Amino acid sequence: MEIGLTHYLVLSAVLFCIGLFGALTRRNAVIILMCIELMLNAVNISLIAFSSYVVPQLLTGQVFAIFVMVVAAAEVAVGLAIVLAIFRHFSNIDTNDINLLRW
Amino acid sequence: MGQAAAFWIMAVVIVVAAFAVIFLRNVFRAALSLILCFIAVAGIYITLSADFLAAVQILVYVGAISVLIILGIMMTREVQKGSPVNKMQIPAAIVAALLLGILVYVVTSTPWSISSQAPLTPTTMPLATKLFSENGFILPVEIGAVLLLAAILGAIVITREK
Repeated sequence: MEIGLTHYLVLSAVLFCIGLFGALTRRNAVIILMCIELMLNAVNISLIAFSSYVVPQLLTGQVFAIFVMVVAAAEVAVGLAIVLAIFRHFSNIDTNDINLLRW
Repeated sequence: MGQAAAFWIMAVVIVVAAFAVIFLRNVFRAALSLILCFIAVAGIYITLSADFLAAVQILVYVGAISVLIILGIMMTREVQKGSPVNKMQIPAAIVAALLLGILVYVVTSTPWSISSQAPLTPTTMPLATKLFSENGFILPVEIGAVLLLAAILGAIVITREK
């Protein structure tokens, strides 16, 4: 069976939903960051698949994937800094116990 | 044929590694399987003939982001309780399964306008001209540089000792 655009998009959807499930259910903040990285990777796969199947000569999707990577790098740096600050304050990174902003 | 075999191998590795990230009790092993998932995603990029993006994926994700995540795990070493789950597991599973079903239905039922041209194979030079040329993406590139600088400064300020 020939591999087409649909295969890549279904793979991307599966990876996104695994990441979504993990980000919703885990309580360790570092695991939540890892699941967000999984979701960003899923989006990158679908962007590059669209780029190489729909507009193969234009590379627009690959440019967008580069910007997603830039934002992901910034996000993981700031996110881990916040996790470390929380750990220094509470000696804990369990998201169930961190409810300073709960109304 | 080769592309199909490579795709299926990478897809199986990606899905298994992603499940391992979620379900492994040991946080450090979860980070290691996340790295495996990143490498397999780079292989997927190669099957899509995005060679520059595959190299960037290896450099940025496997090289930098995974090191940052492992550093974060080691700095928070005292919470070696694994990765416990909260009470929302069943609703979250329902939401994720619903979203997956909707996405798969939309993807398989949409008639995509697939181009018959072959994709550009060495993508580095076309990407560079696309990013840096006169009416390209030069302004977003500059904004991305400022965003990275701001993120680095913010991370230093947040984690600095008082």
